[in-house]
Amino acid sequence: MPKHHVTATINGDPVEFLCAPEQTLLDVLRDVLYLTGSKEGCGSGDCGACSVILDGRLVCACLVLGVEAQGCSVETIEGMARGDVLHPLQRKFLEQAALQCGVCTPGFLVAAKALLERNPQPTETEVRYWLAGNLCRCTGYDKIVRAVLDAAAEIRES
Amino acid sequence: MNDVTMKGLGERQFNVVGTRPLRPDGVDKVTGRAKFGADLHVPNMLIGKVLRSPHAHARILSIDTSKAQALPGVKAVITSADLCDLPSEFIPAGEMMVNFRDMTRNVMAREKALYEGHAVAAVAAVSEAVAREALELIDVQYQVLPHVLDVAQAMEPNAPLLHDNMYTIGVEPRPAQPSNVAKRVEFALGDTAAGFAQADVVIEREFITKPVHQGYIEPHACLASVSEDGQADLWCTTQGQFIVRGFCAKLLGMEVAKLRVTASEIGGGFGGKTVVYLEPLALALSRKACQPVKMVMSRAEVFRASGPTSGARVWVKIGATSKGRITAAEAVLKYQAGAFQGSPVQPGCMCAFAPYDLDNVRVVGFDVVVNRPKVAAYRAPGGPISEFAVESVIDELAKRLSLDPIEFRLKNAAKEGTKAAYGPKFGPIGLVQTLEAARSHPHYRAPLEANQGRGVASGFWFNIGGETCATLNLGEDGSVTLVAGTPDIGGSRASLAMMAAEELGIALDKVRPVIGDTSALGFNFLTGGSRVTFSSGMAVIEAARDMIRRLCERAAKVWEVPVEDVVWEYGHACPANGAGGERKPLSLADIARTAGKTGGPIVGNAAINAQGAGPSLATHVVDVEVDPETGKVTVLRYTAIQDAGKAVHPSYVEGQMQGGAVQGIGWALNEEYIYDASGRLENPGFLDYRIPVCSDVPMIDTVIVEVPNPRHPYGVRGVGETPIVPPMAAIANAVARATGIRFTQLPMSPPRVLEAIDAKRAALAKA
Amino acid sequence: MPDLGKPRRFLGGLYTAHASVGSLGAHLVGPVKADRGSQAVDERRIIRARQPQGFWMDYRSPSSVQEAVALLAAHDGAAHVLAGGTDLLVKLRTGFVDPKLVVDVKGIPRLRAIESDARGFRIGAAASCAEIGEHAGVMAAWPGVVEALRLIGSTQIQGRATLGGNLCNASPAADSVPALIAAGALCQIAGPGGEREVPVENIVSGPGRTSLARGEFVVGFRLEKPRQRSGDAYLRLIPRTEMDIAVVGVGVALTLDQTGVCTHARVGLGAVAPTPLLVAEAARALIGSRVDDKALAALAAATSAACKPIDDKRGTVAYRVKVAGVLARRAARIARERAAGR
Repeated sequence: MPKHHVTATINGDPVEFLCAPEQTLLDVLRDVLYLTGSKEGCGSGDCGACSVILDGRLVCACLVLGVEAQGCSVETIEGMARGDVLHPLQRKFLEQAALQCGVCTPGFLVAAKALLERNPQPTETEVRYWLAGNLCRCTGYDKIVRAVLDAAAEIRES
Repeated sequence: MNDVTMKGLGERQFNVVGTRPLRPDGVDKVTGRAKFGADLHVPNMLIGKVLRSPHAHARILSIDTSKAQALPGVKAVITSADLCDLPSEFIPAGEMMVNFRDMTRNVMAREKALYEGHAVAAVAAVSEAVAREALELIDVQYQVLPHVLDVAQAMEPNAPLLHDNMYTIGVEPRPAQPSNVAKRVEFALGDTAAGFAQADVVIEREFITKPVHQGYIEPHACLASVSEDGQADLWCTTQGQFIVRGFCAKLLGMEVAKLRVTASEIGGGFGGKTVVYLEPLALALSRKACQPVKMVMSRAEVFRASGPTSGARVWVKIGATSKGRITAAEAVLKYQAGAFQGSPVQPGCMCAFAPYDLDNVRVVGFDVVVNRPKVAAYRAPGGPISEFAVESVIDELAKRLSLDPIEFRLKNAAKEGTKAAYGPKFGPIGLVQTLEAARSHPHYRAPLEANQGRGVASGFWFNIGGETCATLNLGEDGSVTLVAGTPDIGGSRASLAMMAAEELGIALDKVRPVIGDTSALGFNFLTGGSRVTFSSGMAVIEAARDMIRRLCERAAKVWEVPVEDVVWEYGHACPANGAGGERKPLSLADIARTAGKTGGPIVGNAAINAQGAGPSLATHVVDVEVDPETGKVTVLRYTAIQDAGKAVHPSYVEGQMQGGAVQGIGWALNEEYIYDASGRLENPGFLDYRIPVCSDVPMIDTVIVEVPNPRHPYGVRGVGETPIVPPMAAIANAVARATGIRFTQLPMSPPRVLEAIDAKRAALAKA
Repeated sequence: MPDLGKPRRFLGGLYTAHASVGSLGAHLVGPVKADRGSQAVDERRIIRARQPQGFWMDYRSPSSVQEAVALLAAHDGAAHVLAGGTDLLVKLRTGFVDPKLVVDVKGIPRLRAIESDARGFRIGAAASCAEIGEHAGVMAAWPGVVEALRLIGSTQIQGRATLGGNLCNASPAADSVPALIAAGALCQIAGPGGEREVPVENIVSGPGRTSLARGEFVVGFRLEKPRQRSGDAYLRLIPRTEMDIAVVGVGVALTLDQTGVCTHARVGLGAVAPTPLLVAEAARALIGSRVDDKALAALAAATSAACKPIDDKRGTVAYRVKVAGVLARRAARIARERAAGR
C-alpha cells in the first residue's frame, strides 16, 4: 500500500512525514524522524518505555499507528527540557539517582510529567499506580518514586 | 601490579569518594540523547531477522533458502554453513564458562534444533517487511523428536537425549551410556555423617525453582558493518565489548584486531548480555551483503531465545544442636542448563552454605540439559537458587530450636578466618555486621497484624576481579579524559571518575569518563561478577598513580630537583618538606601547558589482572501480608542491609541493593517460564511473564555496612549481585510465619498459596 | 491435512505459501496469542500461510457512521474497526488479524461523546477509558463501571482503550464487561440494516467472537440513571497489583429499599467461562435479603457454581471457582455500602 502523508506537531514543532499504514507512531518517531529517545521494550504496550503524550493523554506510542497522529500534538522526551534548562523531573531523577541503566527513564519521565500536570500533589500510592505501566528492572522503583514526589513538591513551591 | 594494600583504610579521609555527585552521563539519559543498541541508524543499512525453530527438539533434515534469496530486496541469507564450526573449548564469560562448540550451535543450529526459538537461519533485507517475508520463504525440513523440559525427567534413564556425545564428567567410572547429565561436582569438608550424628535436630527439605529471565527492558540489538576487505565494526548492547569481539572473531574466522566492537549504552543486562546471539549473525550477513546490517530482537525473541537462568531441584539437610550450633549440612543441587551444558550449578554449590562457619559440609551438583534456551548468567548465577533453599531450612531450624532467626545465624556466622566449604579462608567479611544491623533496625521490632509475617534471610556472593585496563589522558588545559573498558550498566562510570578525581586530588568535573571501544584499550574482561567498581576502580587508581608519577617527574624537571623532592598533594605537584623554598605548586594545567617541552604528552595507564575481590554479605528483612481467601502475598516493608566495603557513590550502592531485592521479589512471587505440552513457551511477553510493577513493592530501605576489603586501595567490594540472593528465602520465611505453611516451590503465586492454605485448613478440620 | 491458506499475490506474481514434507510438525505452527485482554484459548495458526503482517493494510478515518458502515460493507469482512487500538495493534503485530482495511472510528464525533440526559448516559464506543473515568456524572452514578474501566491495562492503555474495543475484542477476561453487565448497560450497534440496541451480555458469543452481524459495529453504550439507593462495584483478582489480565472479575450492582432490603440486583462475571456471564442465580441470592452474611454466602456459592473456567497460565480451575465466590462477596459488600450511602 502506498504511504500516507501525515502532518502533526511534535514537541511544539510542525512536522510532516510519510508512513505505511501499519507503522506505529513509535516506528515513525524512531526510524523516520530519528527521535530515538522513546524506546521499544516490548512492542505490545506492557512496558511503557515508549510513553509519549498524545493530544494531552499519556499513551504507548507502540499502540498508536503513525497515521493516527494526523493533526495531533505529540510530546516526547526530547521536548521535555527547554533549551538547556532541564524539567524539574529530569533534575530530580539525576539528583536522586533514579536511573541506573537509563533505558526506562524517558518513559518514566514522560509518564510522570503527565501525572503532575493532572495531579500536582500525588500521594506515594497514587504515583505508584499511575506509573504501574512503566517497567523498570534496575532500580526497584524506590528512587524513581522519591524523585517524582520531590519534583512535585518543588513544582508546587515555585 | 596486583595487590595494592592500604594502611589504615578505616582512617583515610576521602574528598570525593563517598559523596553523591550527579553522574556524568546523566543528562544524556534524562533527555533521550543517550544511544542504546537499537538507536543507531546508518546509511545503506539493511534489517536482519532470524528464522527460529517452532519445535522444542527436532533434527534439521534440510534447509532450502533459494526462494528467500530470490526475493527482491533480500541481500543475504545465512545458515550455520556461514559460521565456523568450532571444537569444544571452555573459556570464562563472566562468572560462567562457555564452550565454543556449543556456542556456535546455540547462535545458529546445526544438526538439531534444541529448543523452541533456536535460530535456524537469518536474512538481511532492505526493510523489516521484506525480511519477514523472506523468512517465510525459507523451507526447513524438521524431524520432530520427543522433548524433555524438567530436570528430574531429563535425568531418568529413558529420557529423550539431547546430545549423543554427552557422558557425565565428574563421575567414576565414566558412564557407558550418554545422558543429559553433563557434569557432577562435589565440594566437601569434614565428615557429615558424624556431624549429623551429633545433631539434636535435623531438618531435610526438597525445593523446586522455575527458570526466570533477567528481564532487562532493552532487547538485544546490534549493527554490524563488514567492509569488502574483511575489516568490521560492530555496535551492540553488551556487558563486554572485548568478549563479544573474541566470540565473534572466532565464530567468523576473523582476527580479533580486525573487528572493532563499540558498546552502546546498555538497557540492563544482569548477566544476560555476557554472551552473543545476534552479533555473529549480523556480522555474517553484513559480510555477505557488503552493507551494514541492523538486528533487534523482539520481546518474544528475548524470552524464547536468549538466556534465562536455571530452574532447579534442590535438596537440603541441616543438623544442629539444641544450643543452636550447626553440626552438619548437605545439599544436592540439580540445575537445568537449557539446551547446552553450563548451568551455574558449580557456583550454586560453592555459595550454598558459604555464610556459615561449618566443619562438616557436603554439596553435590548436577548440570543437566533440557530442551529450553541455553541458560546465561543472572545476577549471582546459581547462588539465589541454592541459598533460597538453605536459608529456608535455616529458618525452619531456628523456629524448631525456638531461637530468633538472627541469633541462630549469629551463632554460626562465617567471619574472617572461616574456611569456606569451597576452599578459601575468608578475609574480613561483614556478615555479622549486617546481622547485628538487622537486629537493631526499627523494622525488626515493628508490630505485625493478623495474616502478616516477618522473614529474615542472609546471602553471600564471591565477586570477581579480572583483566582490566584503564587510561587517563591529560588534556592541554589540565582536564582529564578517563578511558575505561567495562560497559556502564548501573552508574559505574560515575564511581570510576570519582576514584580518578580522588586519587588525582582534583574536582570531579575535571574528569570526563568514556567507555572505550575495543580499539581504545587493552583487553578488558566484561562487566559482571560485581567487578567494575572493584577492578576498573583498581585500574583507574593505578592509572592515576602512574600519571602522578609522571607529573611529579615533569615538575622535578621544571624545578631542576630530584624527583624524590616532589610530592603530589591536592591536585598539585609540591616541593617536599623543606626542599626548594618558595616554589609555587604546579597544577595539572600548569604541567600540561608545558608538557611538549618537558617530554611529551602525559598519560597514565594500567593493565592489570585484579585480584582480591572480597565477598559481599547481606541480610534482608521483609514483612508480608497473605490474603487467606485469595492467596495473594503483599510485600509491606523491606529492608536490605549489605557490606559494601567502601561505598564509592552511596546512591548507586543503594540502587543495586534495591534493584536486586525487587528482582528477588519477582522471582519469589510471580516470575516463571510456562511451557505447554509441546515445549513451546506460553508467556514470552511482559504481560504474562510478571516482573514487579511499581505498585507491587514498597520503598526498599537500605543500610550500607562498610567492612573494608584490604585488597582494594579504597576498601571497595563489589555489591551488585548479592542483593538478589536473600529475597526469595526472606519472603518464603515471612510467608511461613504469616500462614504457618512452608513453601518449597517458587514462585509463590496466588493459586499455589491458596491451595496450600485450603489444604491446611481442611487437614485441621479433619483433625 | 494442514490448512495452507489462500494463495497470495505479491509484486505481480502468484505464489503459494507451501508446507514442507515430513511430519506434521514441519510447519511453522505455533500458538499465536493476541496479548491484551484476549481469549484464554490458544488458536494454533499456520503462520507460514499468513501474508506479511500488515503489508496489504490500508487506513481510513471516516467522519460519520454512514461512511463507516459503507467502508465496512465494501470490504466484506476484510476490514477491521480501529478505536483505541490497544488490542488491534497487538493482534496486527502478531499476525493474529490480517485486515485489508482499518477503519478508524475516532473521527466520528458521536463515537467520542459522553452525554447525559434525564434517562441516563450515552457513552460513545470510542471514548477513551481515561476520558470516561474523568466524567464526574458517570463516576457518581456508576462507580463500579468506572473502577472497572480504570483497571484495564495501565495509565497509558487507558489513554486509548475504549469500551467498544474492550467489548468487541471479546476476551472472556475483559474488565469493563462484567461491570457493564451488572449495570444493565445496552450496546448501540450500527450496520447496513440500520441501528439496534442489545444488552451487553448478549454481545460476546465466544472467545474472540461477537454476535454482531457482518458490517456492524458498536457505536455507543447506554447506561440508565441508577435507581435511588443503588450501588455498583467491580473487583478483579490478578497476581500483581496492576497490568495483569483478570484471573477472575466480578461486577455487582444492587438496589436497596428504605428498610435496607435488596430489591434489584445483577451480577456480572468475567474470566471464568468462554464469555462474560450474567449470573441470574447469584442475583437471586441477594434479592429479598439484607445482603447479610447468609445472603453473601449464598451469593458466593451461586457465583462459584456458575463458573466454567479453564486451567491456563493465569489461573487454575479450582482457583478461579474459589476466588469468584470470594470476590462476589467482597464486591457485593462494597455495592451495598455505596447503595446505603445514597
